[in-house]
Amino acid sequence: MRVQLDVDKCQGHNRCYVLAPELFDVDDLGQAILIVEGDLDPGLEGKARLAASNCPEYAITTTD
Amino acid sequence: MTEVSDHNAFQQKEARYSPEGSFGWERVKYDPDDYGPVSDWAKDFDHADPAYNPQAPNIWKDLRESGCPVAHSERYGGVWAPLTHELVTEVAYDTDNFSSRNVVVSTSRPGDLAQPAPIGAAPPITSDPPFHAIARRIMLAPFAPKQIDPWEDEVRSLCRNLLDELGDIKPGESIIDAATDYAQHIPVNVIGRMLGFPAEDEALFRGFVHSTLETINQPRDVRMDGFEKLAEYINKQVVDHVDNPRDDLTSYMLNAEVEGNQLSPEHVTGSIILLLIAGVDTTWSAIGSALLHLAENASDRQRLVEEPDVMTFAVEEFLRSYAPVTMARMVTKDQDFHGCPMKKDDWVLLPFPAANLDPEAFDDADSFVIDREENRHAAFGLGIHRCLGSNLARLELRIAIEEFIARFPNFELSGEAEWSVGQIRGPRVIPVRVLEVTS
Repeated sequence: MRVQLDVDKCQGHNRCYVLAPELFDVDDLGQAILIVEGDLDPGLEGKARLAASNCPEYAITTTD
Repeated sequence: MTEVSDHNAFQQKEARYSPEGSFGWERVKYDPDDYGPVSDWAKDFDHADPAYNPQAPNIWKDLRESGCPVAHSERYGGVWAPLTHELVTEVAYDTDNFSSRNVVVSTSRPGDLAQPAPIGAAPPITSDPPFHAIARRIMLAPFAPKQIDPWEDEVRSLCRNLLDELGDIKPGESIIDAATDYAQHIPVNVIGRMLGFPAEDEALFRGFVHSTLETINQPRDVRMDGFEKLAEYINKQVVDHVDNPRDDLTSYMLNAEVEGNQLSPEHVTGSIILLLIAGVDTTWSAIGSALLHLAENASDRQRLVEEPDVMTFAVEEFLRSYAPVTMARMVTKDQDFHGCPMKKDDWVLLPFPAANLDPEAFDDADSFVIDREENRHAAFGLGIHRCLGSNLARLELRIAIEEFIARFPNFELSGEAEWSVGQIRGPRVIPVRVLEVTS
């Protein structure tokens, strides 16, 4: 599984950083930053799905 | 700029501020008789009818199920209220057709000589692109998660002190008002401290918030009286910060620069008013709704007491089910919106709380699911105006609940709750009988 962040859609709701800090950080203005690349560790796939399904702006997607 | 001229700049602006602009106009002559009880929510919608907030979820559901996704009213000179997640999202994202110039529906509109869009009277909430991004960027930094998280200890100690001040509580006997004895005091104290305003002015702040948000169907003169007192107070605090800078949000705004220029006095004052107004009733409402829910739903209360880890999801479900904030926009030009003939300067309400209960957007939307894992709720808005204070609001909501149930693991509703009036929805009286106290 891979996870993608559309930074243009992110409005800084901060849900991903709270639910999946292994995958997302936030900058000084509260905008999300994706901190992983490539295929996810299988142990983090649930976190990626959780982050995606709690982003109000649909800025996070996952692909299998 | 010298200190003296800084000082004068604020003095001269005294009492000229109004969130609706200094030169508002009434599209239709205000007549109190026009604002009687609503009998038809589809064609005579009025969110300031006292019957609205207590039963709003049923009104939204009835309207959606009867094939009315957008309610309308001639009140306030013309208001529309989209009630589905899809339509609320569309309006929130469309800043060309729907201006944020004024976000609180009332009997008057900002006049041509008032602060024009894109700046508005309380930037950035009243700003449109492109100025919006400039004003917002300044205020994003102090409200970013890593700036807000360190407030946790102070918020927790504030909550504990409020619980201590309730005095001697006898389980099974003592009745407290969870709204006015507890929830009400939390956000007003936190934002007052962040702004660096005197703690003893708490009751004054609350009066300003009330006059801005709960007098929307009063004559313009009544509202202007309230705004003038608010402006006078804020100017006094700002002048004090000009003379005595310190490490708080007011001094931060006074020192903020855009391309090397300080912000205008109107911008600083407007943004401070935004923080004071937007941060108080909203969060108070969210905390109150959560406590009311827990007083009425023993199994959810028990789950939180026994499984504290559920709180991460519970906070979001409280926000989804009981979102306090409905925003508003002004239509920028005549247009057809999904069959609705909208006219320039019509109001459009953005009922995010209604969007959150739309079954097209959420599974089992009417049910409160305390550990709901998929929750893209819109309690803090959608698009470029996402609530600046959302990280702070979440922190206050979580800690207020944690501390309340830590002190009172068991409690029940002991009478009728009473609800707010207007765009901010939350209980204003929550009679609670305490059944268990931990020392």
